[in-house]
Amino acid sequence: MQGALRSGKFPDGHASVSETSARVRRLVEPLTVPVLSVLTALLVGAGVIAAAGGDPLAAYAGLLEGAFGSARALSETAVWTTPYLLAGLGVACAFQGGLFNIGAEGQLALGAVAAAWAGYGLPALLGGTLPAALHVPLTLLCGATAGAAWAAIPGWLKTRTGAHEVINTIMLNYVALNAVSYLLNGPLKDPTPGNVIARTPLIAESARIPVFVDTLRVHWGFPLALALAALVGWGLERTTLGFAIRTVGASPDAARAAGMNVQRTVVLTMAMSGALVGLGGAIEVTALNHRHELGFSQGYGFDAIAVALLGRNHPGGVVLSALLFGAMRNGATRMQYLTQIPADVISVIQALILLFVAADGLVRRLYRLRGGAAPLTLTRGWGG
Amino acid sequence: MGSRRLAFVTLIVAVLVGAAALAGAPRVAAADVVVSMIATTLAVATPLTLGALSGVMCERAGVVNLGIEGMMLSSAFFGWAGALYASAAWGLPPGASLAFGVAMAIVSGGLLGLAHAALSVTFRVDQIIGGTVINLLAVGLTGFLNRQLFFERTGPFGGVVPRSPGVLPRLHLPGLADLPVVGRIFEQQPITLTAILLVVVAHLALFRTRWGLRVRAVGEHPRAAATVGIDVRRLRYESVILGGCLAGLGGAYFTLESVPSFEPLMTNGRGFIALAAMIFGNWTPTGAFAAALVFGAAQALQINLQLFRDQIPPSWSFLQHSSIVGLLPYLLTMLILTGVIGKTTPPAADGKPYDG
Repeated sequence: MQGALRSGKFPDGHASVSETSARVRRLVEPLTVPVLSVLTALLVGAGVIAAAGGDPLAAYAGLLEGAFGSARALSETAVWTTPYLLAGLGVACAFQGGLFNIGAEGQLALGAVAAAWAGYGLPALLGGTLPAALHVPLTLLCGATAGAAWAAIPGWLKTRTGAHEVINTIMLNYVALNAVSYLLNGPLKDPTPGNVIARTPLIAESARIPVFVDTLRVHWGFPLALALAALVGWGLERTTLGFAIRTVGASPDAARAAGMNVQRTVVLTMAMSGALVGLGGAIEVTALNHRHELGFSQGYGFDAIAVALLGRNHPGGVVLSALLFGAMRNGATRMQYLTQIPADVISVIQALILLFVAADGLVRRLYRLRGGAAPLTLTRGWGG
Repeated sequence: MGSRRLAFVTLIVAVLVGAAALAGAPRVAAADVVVSMIATTLAVATPLTLGALSGVMCERAGVVNLGIEGMMLSSAFFGWAGALYASAAWGLPPGASLAFGVAMAIVSGGLLGLAHAALSVTFRVDQIIGGTVINLLAVGLTGFLNRQLFFERTGPFGGVVPRSPGVLPRLHLPGLADLPVVGRIFEQQPITLTAILLVVVAHLALFRTRWGLRVRAVGEHPRAAATVGIDVRRLRYESVILGGCLAGLGGAYFTLESVPSFEPLMTNGRGFIALAAMIFGNWTPTGAFAAALVFGAAQALQINLQLFRDQIPPSWSFLQHSSIVGLLPYLLTMLILTGVIGKTTPPAADGKPYDG
């Protein structure tokens, strides 16, 4: 009876007020906590800057100017965003499958080293030169494969022995960093006479990803990363494999009962995650540095965890959070130049963002928000 | 600890010590190398022992602590900064400065423990993410404060790192340290000796006191514990804060006992290896200590091979790359986690938020 009355009041074709507001709420709701988290982290960060004797307003003005103030600033923001986006996508993929990939740092380094090797060594190996149309994709493929193989190890160990991927991905970070240090000081070291730096030779011209404009560093890797984000989003939502990944992530038991091959999915998820991260490292080499040098990765791999969580492990969200992180890292240099506040303060703010996103109950209590999504559960103890 | 795993620990430590003796053989008497290996093993195992004890304390109460690495890193910094302030700004003598530094390290570890407890007990954040938050926060905060306090012209010391009060002195244990040949093993610095003592204390506290029984009950079956009147949240807070203090003392080892300086990221994954030691030690203080010794021996071998690097035969020359031998502890951790040396069982409610 009531339903009939209501439909009489609101003829077909007109959304009721409550329906519209529900739609708005559905659109705004997932953004509320991340946005409030970022604002809160910036506020606390201002406190830290003030406590350290700096002027927070001047610092943040410098940050904004450095990130968006000119064509060059925008270009640099895109350059910084690219590895964050790919590494963040990789970590988010693993999270979707119920796996915690803390090994992005190592996968990134190996992807970079493999790409550097393919960039300078592959033409000679295949006898002569390669056309760029072939060499660039091959180089990127090498980087992605290295990352995928490295990440697949903890996935395989988890399915085979039950060893938790959290510790194994962390251990493989240290193994990778040690191995890369060995390679760059030994077999892959730039043989140029007088070179004392642990780095590879420059990659061939044919392996380099081009820039858009000669005067700016922004390169084709950036749109490539954006396209991959769209592809990953589509793959997770619309393909069988994507469905399997999400089901295993939500409940391995349910997936098993439904006849899915959980073990294979776990290994594939880790490999996909590592491929995206490794590609991030490969693009840094082929588009930006044109070689791999020891210690280029300044914690991208760990920040990628924050990028993924801030983006709620959703590819679209990851694009936004990677842009935020890229802008902050890029702007920090200008901020330090203008205000003498160490750029490291950005790391504090980023950790605080992760804190508030993770402790979403804290933010909700702080701003008296009601309701909320179910808390994110990733881990079921060490037993997996 | 099962006999199989005890045999494994003994075997690995023996192999590593033997390898060092072999590498040093042409230059130094084998007995001296063995004694120095054991002494170094005990010393470098210290942060692992304390980190693993921290893990045991937290996880016995049902809280996974992935933030041990970050707790140790920030304690290493705050301990060091505290000692520097005490000696350079307040003019305290070196001994008092170092003691103040150790206290600062323990307090900062305890505060991060409190933060982790708040995240995982009160806000019921996924505990692995909570630990990751603490790790990232520690990296950012120590990097920022280190630069701001000691390397900026606007800082309190005008951008010049003040003279450090050095490291904690070796203690001469009367009787034991006077023994011929092996006496050197017992000449250790205070945090190393305290860590060994704390293994015993933690064992007694967990398995011989009412409090320990309650902690274990909370980690196994919190609901059952609650029905007999145990305050689950309170006990979890206590254990995690205590665990933070233990990790804090482990952090003090890096800057107040090992070397008198702070480097960003200097804990280098020791907090994570400590977690593996805890798992291998089956969540017991004594087992964790034995496992920490395995990693300590691997690291001691690395240090000793550096010493004897010019004596390594040419066919083994890749061992001269410190990065190759540096892989040992990490690979060992992975091997141990595969369970080839026997499965271990975590507390039943480990990692699960309690919502009673």
